[in-house]
Amino acid sequence: MLQDPAVALTVLVLSLFVGVEIISKVPPLLHTPLMSGSNAISGITIVGALIAVTSKGTPVSTAFGFLAIVFATINVVGGFLVTDRMLAMFKRKPGGS
Amino acid sequence: MSETWTQIAYLAAAVLFILGLKQLSSPRTAPRGNAVSALGMAVAVLATLAAEGILGWPIILAGVVIGSGIGALAARRVQMTAMPEMVALLNGFGGAASALVAAAELLRHAAAASGSGEAVAEPLVPGSVVATAIVLGTLIGAVTLTGSLVAYAKLAQRMPGAPLTYPGQQAVNALIGLGIAALCVFVALEPMELPVYWGLMAASLVLGVLLVIPIGGADMPVVISLLNAYSGLAACATGFVLGNSGLVISGSLVGASGIVLTKIMCDAMNRSLANVLFGAFGKAPEVGASAAADQGTVKGYTPEDAAVIFSNASSCIIVPGYGMAVAQAQHAVRDLADLLEAQGLEVRFAIHPVAGRMPGHMNVLLAEANVPYDKLVEMDEINPQFPETDVALVLGANDVVNPSARTEKSSPIYGMPILDVDRAKHVFVIKRSMNPGFAGVQNHLFFNDNTMMIFGDAKKVVLALVEAIKAY
Repeated sequence: MLQDPAVALTVLVLSLFVGVEIISKVPPLLHTPLMSGSNAISGITIVGALIAVTSKGTPVSTAFGFLAIVFATINVVGGFLVTDRMLAMFKRKPGGS
Repeated sequence: MSETWTQIAYLAAAVLFILGLKQLSSPRTAPRGNAVSALGMAVAVLATLAAEGILGWPIILAGVVIGSGIGALAARRVQMTAMPEMVALLNGFGGAASALVAAAELLRHAAAASGSGEAVAEPLVPGSVVATAIVLGTLIGAVTLTGSLVAYAKLAQRMPGAPLTYPGQQAVNALIGLGIAALCVFVALEPMELPVYWGLMAASLVLGVLLVIPIGGADMPVVISLLNAYSGLAACATGFVLGNSGLVISGSLVGASGIVLTKIMCDAMNRSLANVLFGAFGKAPEVGASAAADQGTVKGYTPEDAAVIFSNASSCIIVPGYGMAVAQAQHAVRDLADLLEAQGLEVRFAIHPVAGRMPGHMNVLLAEANVPYDKLVEMDEINPQFPETDVALVLGANDVVNPSARTEKSSPIYGMPILDVDRAKHVFVIKRSMNPGFAGVQNHLFFNDNTMMIFGDAKKVVLALVEAIKAY
């Protein structure tokens, strides 16, 4: 359905507006976890990498797909884990570990 | 799984991302929000595997195991002070993955068109959405990769953080930019001309380097935010290549996040994005040096002098800057804050939006040191309270507390919103030397009558301060 430029643009523009609305509500306190967390979401490109490996292509395209899987997985796993590590540190009361 | 169900699964993933990001609006719900986003990612990956079958699974498994291992190790090992470097690298990897996917897809189309191998693909229509998206995914992804690597090198001090400039730099960049624009149009219209495509890929990689080298260390919050946006937009382009709405929605969410943060960072410095990217800011420290001569000399005080003032104080606002991160002083600062509170002082932290090397850098460091987040106060909220505050303690911050930003029209930082520490009754500034800050301008705060300079490494001075207050 995205092959139609009008539909593609519609999805893109509406999502950008949703994104701006949501992100504007994140307090500056959490801007670093926001960056690492949204970064992990940009690892969604792993979906493209999986498709590149599973569809019949050339040895080079498969190799590119493999590299893309590695990079995207670092992005996803590293991003979500480090965000979790950071968010666990934000506490209201003093004490804890 | 049918195509419709796959698309619905991607939609579910996108909804989970949106819900996850929404929960980042409060530190209480944020950890759950992050888990919800991770769940969305799992849904998207499983839906893809279900739709595409198990063809090539050894490659997938190998890639996922290697990537997860590196990612998990990095996430566990990284120091909180090195978070800007970590995020820069993650941005770069995201961009690399997107560029590789775009290239792989083009190669598949090319192989199918020439009938070689067993590649199957619908013919790539010149000038179509897919052809254009391959071009954009390659361009943005490659720029994100090399731009992030340069940002990483600057942040990790593997290369000088100062702006790297040469005569005619902007003209060279403009020429390369024009050349890339021409290559983009050509590849979009003639996607099967692979040598031209590789030329575009190479030029984009070079452009990423050239765009970031003239940007100075303290402008990195803007650069990282912008690269964050790029990594999202690259994923978005990949979505158009594959006709996958899940990728488009998720990528544009990240793009929007980067754009919003970029704008917040630029506003916090009262500079335009163009000025940050092309202004080579922080290039002329000699101006500040001559201004310093007009101001006379500054007397250094000792932690013992400060202890005397603290003994009569009832409130203190601590203003951390990049110097605190460099000295790894956040734990010592927490000890100081605890001690002051035990002596009955009200202690809070004033956080400037661009303090540090990435958005929110100071908050994470202080959270790591177990400072409760309700003591971390934003600029607009804390500024009216400085006049009633006994002691403002400036710790490795400079430009963000420079009163010239309010008063001196000729100053390069004029108009930048600052923390009004000079309005506190007493100001302590802990600083390694009298060197001007990143903007290259001398700070009048240091010469005020109510300012006491304590020279030294932030951590050592804070530790000495703790001892002096205990001994007093």
